[in-house]
Amino acid sequence: MKRVVITGAGTINALGHDVPTTLEAMRNGTCGIGPLELRDVERLSIQIGGQVRGFEAEGRYNRQQMTLYDRFTQFTLAAAKEAIDQAGLVFSGDLAAKSGVVLGTAGGGVSTWDDNYRSVYEDGKNRVHPFVVPKLMNNAAASHVSMEHNLKGPSFTVSTACASSNHAMAQAFAMVRSGMAPAMITGGSESMLCFGGVKAWEGLRVMSRDACRPFSANRNGMVQGEGAGVFVFEEYAHAKARGAEILCEVVGYAMSSDAADIVMPSKNGAARAMAGALADAGINRDEVGYINAHGTGTAANDKTECAAVADVFGPHADKLMMSSTKSMHGHLIGGTGAVELLACIMALRDGVIAPTIGYEEPDPECALDVVPNEAREAKVTVALSNAFAFGGMNAVLALKKV
Amino acid sequence: MSTMDQVIAIIAEQAILDPSDVSPESTLEELGIDSLGLVESIFAIEEAFDISVPFNANNPGDSDFDISSVASIVQAIDRLRAEQG
Repeated sequence: MKRVVITGAGTINALGHDVPTTLEAMRNGTCGIGPLELRDVERLSIQIGGQVRGFEAEGRYNRQQMTLYDRFTQFTLAAAKEAIDQAGLVFSGDLAAKSGVVLGTAGGGVSTWDDNYRSVYEDGKNRVHPFVVPKLMNNAAASHVSMEHNLKGPSFTVSTACASSNHAMAQAFAMVRSGMAPAMITGGSESMLCFGGVKAWEGLRVMSRDACRPFSANRNGMVQGEGAGVFVFEEYAHAKARGAEILCEVVGYAMSSDAADIVMPSKNGAARAMAGALADAGINRDEVGYINAHGTGTAANDKTECAAVADVFGPHADKLMMSSTKSMHGHLIGGTGAVELLACIMALRDGVIAPTIGYEEPDPECALDVVPNEAREAKVTVALSNAFAFGGMNAVLALKKV
Repeated sequence: MSTMDQVIAIIAEQAILDPSDVSPESTLEELGIDSLGLVESIFAIEEAFDISVPFNANNPGDSDFDISSVASIVQAIDRLRAEQG
């Protein structure tokens, strides 16, 4: 089994258009959630979100590319470029032939569906652009990353709702660890902040109208975000040999499925995923210093997640820190685990724990150290990143300081 | 059909019961309606009465829309119809 390290990271989200800006915002407890700016917003009952602002696709991409790149692909390509530039890898020859792209997204090109349905149903047009299908397909982002960076190895897209990017990164990790690929580009992206995307979520009645306040007794739901997180997972000896900067090591993962309810979370499924990741990594539970929580800010998720942590960690649950950065960047659905992995990297590499902002009232059912409102300096050697999806599909990654 | 009859029909369908088994005093819980069933019932009520029901599944008790029994739902609907009609 090979060791696997992260040698590049890239992102775009409501907190920033790159990793340094995003980490700075997390350190400062900045809230990236605000009033949504999108067509027909006045017909929505939920009018807030973690929207990416000031991202002009025009200028970044040429006219031909724009006809093929949905917003989720645009985000992915920007984040992938940052990650691959940081890693300093150029894919050619055998490295290119074996390295691939595994990305997560829940909805793929949602705004392309939305725009074109509007065009044929509302505007009565009877013709759509010839590239609608290649633009909206869920694997479009992974495909364009492979084309842009000459990645010719195993590439595909994983779709497990809110756990998509954790499942994708777990898969990429397994591929590098097994020796199948020397490097994998992995992470995820989402762009559902369009009229149809928000309208669909409204229907479920789990969205907050004012703020995402994970673990706070007065929490009243989730807030959607958008963006992408992309990483270079590289085999340790390969990275060492070329003198690459190592951000942290990926040491294990586990996936579980609740096999219970299509939307309600399960303590048992979450606990099995966390315990499984520790077992896979060969890590004792008392080595874990930080957990990046799934922490959606819904009544059900947060209390279930805290109960699962208590079950898995026993007395150590009261010593570790667990925060939800969704309070700042919103819930990026299929891209969320990827952006949240940045908080784990910051904890391990920089010794800074991102806070859970918007925390107002303790909830006895969430009685853990959730790093309320202000970032904290702390030495952490092992971190977990949780993702628990609708459909009861869970994926947890374990990371270690190098 | 009265508001009560319509609400009973909606709730009965959701609970997979005969309308005669649902009374004004019935609570959703005793009829076996879970959180998803509740969200679906509220959607059906909004569609049937052309109203918008303020309801957040995260804190059902905090809402102005009293769901404690079939009768309280009927009252809440009548009030919303008066306000929104």
